[in-house]
Amino acid sequence: MKFVILGCGRVGSRMATMLDMMGHDVSIIDKSQDSFKRLPHNYNGQAIIGIGIDEDVLRSAGIEQADVFAAVTNGDNTNIMASEIAKELFNVPRVIARIYDPLREETYHALGLETICPTTLISNVIVSRVLPGEDKPVVPTPAGTNPLGTQQA
Amino acid sequence: MYIIIAGGGKVGRYLTETLVNRGHEVLLIEKEKAKVEQYTEQFGGIVVQGDACEAQVLADAGIARADAMIAVTGDDEDNLVCCQVAKRKFKVGRVIARINNPKNERIFKALGIDATVSHTKALLEIIEQELPLSSFRHLRYIRDSQLEIVEVVLGPESPARDQPINSLAFPQDSSILLVVRHGKALVPSGTLVLKERDEIVILTPQGSDNQVQEILIGE
Repeated sequence: MKFVILGCGRVGSRMATMLDMMGHDVSIIDKSQDSFKRLPHNYNGQAIIGIGIDEDVLRSAGIEQADVFAAVTNGDNTNIMASEIAKELFNVPRVIARIYDPLREETYHALGLETICPTTLISNVIVSRVLPGEDKPVVPTPAGTNPLGTQQA
Repeated sequence: MYIIIAGGGKVGRYLTETLVNRGHEVLLIEKEKAKVEQYTEQFGGIVVQGDACEAQVLADAGIARADAMIAVTGDDEDNLVCCQVAKRKFKVGRVIARINNPKNERIFKALGIDATVSHTKALLEIIEQELPLSSFRHLRYIRDSQLEIVEVVLGPESPARDQPINSLAFPQDSSILLVVRHGKALVPSGTLVLKERDEIVILTPQGSDNQVQEILIGE
């Protein structure tokens, strides 16, 4: 399968390496050349320097032939916009966006984007490990997102 | 009207000031604390600190009753997300996004944000009018039509000089709106013969500049 990955941080580089070792066709995009140092010497995929919300950059990464696009930069909005471009403009069959902010993740998930929120994911895993068998409550709005100090519904 | 503005840079600040002076109810959302404090001093309690891309911040800002949301931060992806959340989640009737990279105009449109303002493009139009570097000028882009209005001043080398309009192969869907000669407007009929120094105003599909230049200016 052809994978295009946006963001060559810890997650992006690891994912690219893994998929490359599995024999898939991988392109990874990052705005900084330095990030590609995270890739191993025997990485066989493509590494492209550029902004992930730029159509031409996505095109040069082969997005038109991609089966999967994964956006894992550290910017939620960059991941959202790049994923929407991949999905709506390039019709990539499977598009996954990492979104740190749980509320934004919820919003875009509801709007039809396939999303992963590491914040809720990791919190849930840690709580489940230390308190196995206990029901986890659904956490309301995180602190600090209520600048007007109004009462929550 | 109740208008929410996201982003308190130079544009957001000036916009807030203008809309308040025109009697609108405005709320400015800005991330940086220092700016929020500065603007609160200037505008009073209509400035809120927060990230306008967060649904909760928008909900607290009373977006449910907002007539319009205008996102004018310096980052296109932030402006997009802010407008999409306002439009799709909160059903705000009118959302306007500032675009920093003109390339993104088409993308925003494809992603459901129709009303965009590209200052880069606007600036180019103004500079070309103020400082005519060539005899070809963009006068205006016409939104939703893919058309633009351009003006060409016919030079002595023009291949169209002394030619009737109907002998020139203009791009498809383009039409000559006006020919100005010695300060007087002439009806651009097919038989009108173009002269040197004529100002020709043309409606033409965006991106057909080169064709128009070739016909009226030459190589």
